[in-house]
Amino acid sequence: MTSDAGAVPTQRLDDNLKRFAGSADQPVLEVDEVAKVYSGEPPVSALRGVSFSIARGELVGIVGPSGSGKTTLLHLMGTLDRPSSGHVRVTGLEVGRLSDRELSALRATHIGFVFQQFFLSEHQSVLDNVADGLLYAGVPQVKRRARAIDALTMVGLEGRPHARPNQLSGGQRQRVAVARALVGDPAIVLADEPTGNLDQATGQSILGLFKDLHELGVTIVVITHDRDIAARMDRRIEMLDGQMVFDSADNLATVTAAASRAPTSGNDHRS
Amino acid sequence: MTEAATFEMRKLRPTDLGRLSTVGLRTRKLRAGLSALGIAIGVAAIVAVLGLSSSASAGLLNEISSLGTNLLVVQSGQTLFGTTAELPVVAPAMIARIGAVTRVEQIGSITGNVYRSPLIPTIDTNAITIDAASLGLLPTVGTSVAEGSYLNAATAQEPVAVLGAAAAQRLGIDQVYLGERIWLDNEWFYVAGILKPAILAPAVDSSVLVGFAAAEHYLGFDGHPSTIYVRAKTSQVNTVYGLLAATANPQNPSEVDVSLPSTALVAQADAQGAFDGLFVGLGAVALLVGAIGVANIMIISVLERRSEIGLRRALGATRGHILGQFLAESILIALFGGTIGVGAGTLSTAVYTAAKHEVIVIPTLAWAGGMGAAIIIGAVAGLWPAMRAARMSPTEALWTV
Ligand SMILES: Nc1ncnc2c1ncn2[C@@H]1O[C@H](COP(=O)(O)OP(=O)(O)OP(=O)(O)O)[C@@H](O)[C@H]1O
Ligand SMILES: [Mg+2]
Repeated sequence: MTSDAGAVPTQRLDDNLKRFAGSADQPVLEVDEVAKVYSGEPPVSALRGVSFSIARGELVGIVGPSGSGKTTLLHLMGTLDRPSSGHVRVTGLEVGRLSDRELSALRATHIGFVFQQFFLSEHQSVLDNVADGLLYAGVPQVKRRARAIDALTMVGLEGRPHARPNQLSGGQRQRVAVARALVGDPAIVLADEPTGNLDQATGQSILGLFKDLHELGVTIVVITHDRDIAARMDRRIEMLDGQMVFDSADNLATVTAAASRAPTSGNDHRS
Repeated sequence: MTEAATFEMRKLRPTDLGRLSTVGLRTRKLRAGLSALGIAIGVAAIVAVLGLSSSASAGLLNEISSLGTNLLVVQSGQTLFGTTAELPVVAPAMIARIGAVTRVEQIGSITGNVYRSPLIPTIDTNAITIDAASLGLLPTVGTSVAEGSYLNAATAQEPVAVLGAAAAQRLGIDQVYLGERIWLDNEWFYVAGILKPAILAPAVDSSVLVGFAAAEHYLGFDGHPSTIYVRAKTSQVNTVYGLLAATANPQNPSEVDVSLPSTALVAQADAQGAFDGLFVGLGAVALLVGAIGVANIMIISVLERRSEIGLRRALGATRGHILGQFLAESILIALFGGTIGVGAGTLSTAVYTAAKHEVIVIPTLAWAGGMGAAIIIGAVAGLWPAMRAARMSPTEALWTV
């Protein structure tokens, strides 16, 4: 099987992950001229032609002011929504060619999410919250729990598997959510404002966690408002008004071109 | 190239679906309990109504079979001209000659009124009849003495009466005192005893019984039997049934009515077992209200748990997984209500039947139907909310205000 980008897969997702693991230079994620228009009165152009690709093991920060389209971009990268035009490819799989059910299976096996609000269920132990990351991947409960212990170890919470989320601090809760995203050993972890509900110091410790995971080879995309946090990422992508205005991985020429395309007034409420 | 076949559909395991369906119940116990209440009440009402009527009819059927199904009743019918026919005086003796007949007893109807004293005006007939009765009547019709004693060879000659259970009640006599008398058609008769209810022979029940000799002497009785009670060998009841009319009145067999009271009573017991439509209707209304309650709670639940739905979609749940989870939750709430309802319905039937010393019978239809109705209600009530949850797009669900 050749791994040409956008080809409809003929093998099951698990096989796709194996194939993907074997082809080192296959990007984890490709965003190609992606635009998103939310229909409504008036229609909102949340993204206008964004292109970049993320290689294996990268730690990428996406920054930009409120309303610049960061969350929209993350949802498209995470196959939670489809672009109005352009292409998104996850481990070489063309999102536009997959059905809703197939995308669900793709998320269950290839993508881990971390949200600002943690989204932990209070009636379950920390361990079961993490194990739920594999609930829809067809893994039996005993295995889910065993792998949840491993994931909790990765985020430094192996000591409290039976605590309830409400017995934990905000930083610890977000670590639980990160463990849940990691438990399926996904090709990519997408985090939307993971430090948004945390104080400065705790936010820094979550960033430290992402850096540690990055050292272990996990591919991570972090959306953040916090320019200090973004500055500590290996690679930084800046969004403004639905467009990518800076990518530290690109050469200067591209950046200049992108900046000249972007409107210069009325959008500068970054702080 | 078939794309759908390339991705394996990951089904939730039944244990996982079971665990997911309890999330709403565990996190919102009171609310889930209250919404299950309507269904509990409806199921309880239906189970209790079916249970009570079945228990009552089972009790009656037991009693009938203990009284025996081999009692035949021969009665004087109508003549061709519409007047009441008479049975020949020798009819009991003739019937006794049939081989399969084991007992023959008789009563003879006497026109007249019964009072506790002569001062009561004659219009009050009280629906009590007077009959001359043979001495072996009681075991044959399946009853016995409740108070005092029955007629014997001596008292049958004297102005002595024995009261059927219903007759005693109507006269207001519930105990036999020494010297107790009643006023039978211008004669005082001493009350010797009161009978237990005679289920197979209602005529005896509502009658004041006197001896044949006393009837002829004091009340102008002509000696013709009006009803003859016959016990036959159980295996030959049908044969005897066919012979009775011609044997009792060989000249005019068509003027004789022969009946088998147990069959009529069995039909009556079955009718009593037919449940009370009104209460079943009320139960159905309670179920409907319960269904609306469950649907309501599920709609609210779906709205409140939007971000949970979003998270699950992000974790890889398909629309089908979400639909299944909410549908299972709705069915579980209804099933919870149904179980409580079957329990409460059974308990109230048990209390009622225990108080009446009856056996408790909960027909399968009642409890299985109650549970089945609960499952269907849960599925129907939960379907629309579950579909709403499943149709929600992941981004819409994750949208935070
Ligand atoms: N579901 C939607 N329907 C309509 N408009 C939407 C929807 N989601 C986002 N938008 C609009 O698209 C634009 C980009 O929104 P998005 O949430 O992606 O921004 P963001 O960069 O994540 O902002 P923030 O930093 O505040 O989270 C905004 O103008 C927003 O109002
Ligand atoms: Mg956002």
